[in-house]
Amino acid sequence: MDNFSLTRRRLLKSGGALVVSFGFAPVTRSLAQDGGTPEERPFAAENPDLGSFTPEPGDYLDPRELDSWLAVTGDGGVTMFTGKVDITGTRTALAQIVADELDVAFDQVTMVMGETTRTVDQGRTVGSSTIPRAGQQLRQAAAAARQELLKLASKHLGDPAERLTVNEGVVGVAGDAGRRVSYGELIGGRRFDVTITATGYQRGMQVAPEVQPKHYRDYRIVGTSVPRVDIPAKLTGEFEYACDVRVPGMLHGRAVRPHTAIAEPNGVDERSVEHIPGVVRVVREGSFVGVVAETEWAAIKAARDLRVDWSTPRTRMPADRDPVDRYLAETPPVRERTRQENQGDVEAAFAGASTTLEAVYRWPFQNHGMMLPSCAVADVQGDRATIWTPAQGPFTTRDRVAIMMNVPRKNVDVRYVEASGTYGRLTADDAAEDAVLLSRAVGRPVRVQWMREDEQVWDPKGGQHLTRVRAAVDSGGEVSAWDYENISMPWTESQGMPQLAERQIGIEPTYYGNANGTGGAGAIYDFANINIRSKTVPWIFEEVMPLRTAALRSPGEPPRVFATESFIDELAAELRVDPVQFRLRYLRDSRIRDTLRAAADRAGWVERPSPQPTADVRILRGRGIAVNQRGGSVPAAVAEVEVNSETGKVTVSRVTMAYDCGLIINPDGVRNQLEGNIIQGVSRALLEEVQFDAGGVTSVDWISYPVLRFTEIPEVEKELINRPEMPAFGAAETPIVVVPAAIANAVFDATGVRYRTVPLTPERILAGLRTGQTSA
Amino acid sequence: MARYSLTVNGAAHVVDVEPDTPLLYVLRNDLDLKGPRFGCGLAQCGACSVIVDGNPVRSCITPVSTVGNQEVTTLEGLGSVAEPHPLQAAFIEEQAAQCGYCMNGMIINAKVLLGSNPDPGDDDIKEALDPILCRCGSHLRVVRAIKRAAANNAATA
Repeated sequence: MDNFSLTRRRLLKSGGALVVSFGFAPVTRSLAQDGGTPEERPFAAENPDLGSFTPEPGDYLDPRELDSWLAVTGDGGVTMFTGKVDITGTRTALAQIVADELDVAFDQVTMVMGETTRTVDQGRTVGSSTIPRAGQQLRQAAAAARQELLKLASKHLGDPAERLTVNEGVVGVAGDAGRRVSYGELIGGRRFDVTITATGYQRGMQVAPEVQPKHYRDYRIVGTSVPRVDIPAKLTGEFEYACDVRVPGMLHGRAVRPHTAIAEPNGVDERSVEHIPGVVRVVREGSFVGVVAETEWAAIKAARDLRVDWSTPRTRMPADRDPVDRYLAETPPVRERTRQENQGDVEAAFAGASTTLEAVYRWPFQNHGMMLPSCAVADVQGDRATIWTPAQGPFTTRDRVAIMMNVPRKNVDVRYVEASGTYGRLTADDAAEDAVLLSRAVGRPVRVQWMREDEQVWDPKGGQHLTRVRAAVDSGGEVSAWDYENISMPWTESQGMPQLAERQIGIEPTYYGNANGTGGAGAIYDFANINIRSKTVPWIFEEVMPLRTAALRSPGEPPRVFATESFIDELAAELRVDPVQFRLRYLRDSRIRDTLRAAADRAGWVERPSPQPTADVRILRGRGIAVNQRGGSVPAAVAEVEVNSETGKVTVSRVTMAYDCGLIINPDGVRNQLEGNIIQGVSRALLEEVQFDAGGVTSVDWISYPVLRFTEIPEVEKELINRPEMPAFGAAETPIVVVPAAIANAVFDATGVRYRTVPLTPERILAGLRTGQTSA
Repeated sequence: MARYSLTVNGAAHVVDVEPDTPLLYVLRNDLDLKGPRFGCGLAQCGACSVIVDGNPVRSCITPVSTVGNQEVTTLEGLGSVAEPHPLQAAFIEEQAAQCGYCMNGMIINAKVLLGSNPDPGDDDIKEALDPILCRCGSHLRVVRAIKRAAANNAATA
């Protein structure tokens, strides 16, 4: 359990009294309101910044009505409604769960996803929670519906429900092929008008727990690689992405923002865009500046040419990542989480140690880098708004827009439309708010499409992390203490906080953001004495500034696991033990042990200690391993690398991953996720670092923020471990967490140099090779 | 504003747009096509790729005024869900997409590649598609799909 070691009173004190002077200027205001637990603030469980609010009738579909979950059409089709959104394949996987539970054919099921007026709020689509949480909720709702359908069939056919069987949505009587009735005939086009049990909220909601779902041995569709329903249309241009939404009378808008903190504009020169045909309006509200035009191209040119005289912001940007590290190291946290169980006595163990090791690991700000920059369409008419958006939390967008417009929540209708992969970025729905301001100003629907530069600069980034680890080894060569401290800023944008446009019109956050967790910090290892701390330092500025932060694919865990699994490797090297054998000494969980061994076996791991550098060759080769557990899923990866000792370039030649996520819903879907996580993990480990200076963010495009390309991709081997008797734990983001550490360990194996700073750029590699020392 | 006659996917169209308008916005907003996609507007990612007289072109930086009477082919011009081009069929067979947003660039550039090299090896494919970005990491499936398409003689389709 996390220990929230600061009380609210103390938080207020520390948050308010902070003085910082590292050449840039985060928080000086008191922003320490605690979000409270979900139980205390049920409807704001995911949105601490929404304050206390009591839902009004019509704000939410009632999860206790079976009709909120599904509808059956006359031809027996099943429409399933979920508040979750599809990012990479869950439309298919959820439909598999539903079809299996209802005993209908897979293609009878259609999913409606993420619409605030048509779907139950099952929480934001985050944290690999769609399959484990929403999947279970839909399974139970479908099981409850099947029960109701059997009751209806029993009445219709005059046979007791126990004698009935269902095949592809047709109910028959065992031993009597003549009598049958379809779901469509029973209820098609009509409401069930049945109440089911539903308690709790969002991802924690328990739906019809008293209904017994199918036994896993009876699954016919779950566990099979059903082809994705969305893929064909995406490959032919028939699919409608969010950027393809067109509504009658729609105009095109763009917000205009600098690359640094946004202060009040001294002036906006409307004459500077007079020469562009089709410009409808230059909009200014607070410090928000935008343009609206008849055509997209006119909007782009107007946003490019509009002369805005920005006043000097009070918020100074850090000159580079080093002052941010110093700030992380020296600033009192707003929250410190400590892992409580089995702590032992770390200090005593250090006092009695025969050897101690310590190291500091550094992780940069990284971009989500969505291929399609943020976009949305808003149609504001009086006190009502309709919004088409790819947001990961349509209900969060709805609630924020309602606050922004000062209207009841039910006046805002948010409809999810899929975009490119988001990886957490669209937990902050900036473009929707831009579109609302612009649409409100012109009284017509406005489509906002951020340009690449907007997205790279204003992306709410994955935060910078600093991790300090030390360990004690006793005279018997056993690790006797593990002392781990991870420090980062909170996610300033992810928890229903006011987004960019809101901040620019004067709506201030009342909460510092979501604190860091302790996952991936080494708790899977059974050392005698363990202290794990995760510190969250304040990260609120006078004005909005581009180093804002949000959840980025397994938030916080790639940096924490990078430190943990690198340091475990350092200990193994110090003790001259094979890295796999060393881990197995301290791993107790059988699933973690099995997965680690599966990855090693599949990769053809040869037992020996690291490093094993070869002298005087141009290309150095090595292998490294890393393992973790997160939310029930267990990834283990072996990376094989080549290091060019002349250029410093690291090439990852192969990654072998074993993955256990409990019950696998769609094996090919999981394989697809493993491939994607591995490739993105290599990219983050080798290439990705948001560059900035005192003048603003300088990573503005794909040249200044490179990502992995075809000629750099590794071979990938995958080993799926299916555990059908267990719950499904998901695969969207957990596989990535082990990849950077496995690569760093492989580079150490190849070079004998320990690299503790991501990304592993050629410059850092060469610097390490030159000094021959472990590199910071 | 100026008037341009364009030939897109075999059909003639007339549009009234500013001469400097990139072809991408004409295809998307005036001709209602969804195959070519906006990714960067800087010719850095390839999501907007189209084929102009047999050559791959980044439509996001190609002014409509420069297109003239050349034949423009978009993703829609290759095939449909009902009748996919062999390349599209191979991509579907390999489930070569996660979000799928970049796949326009992959398929369009693969089409051009197969035109000049009907039987490419892994390295040929990676070399040819290196300028096309994918953030979800579908690269391995794309390579497999193109090889599958080549084996099915997609080059002659």
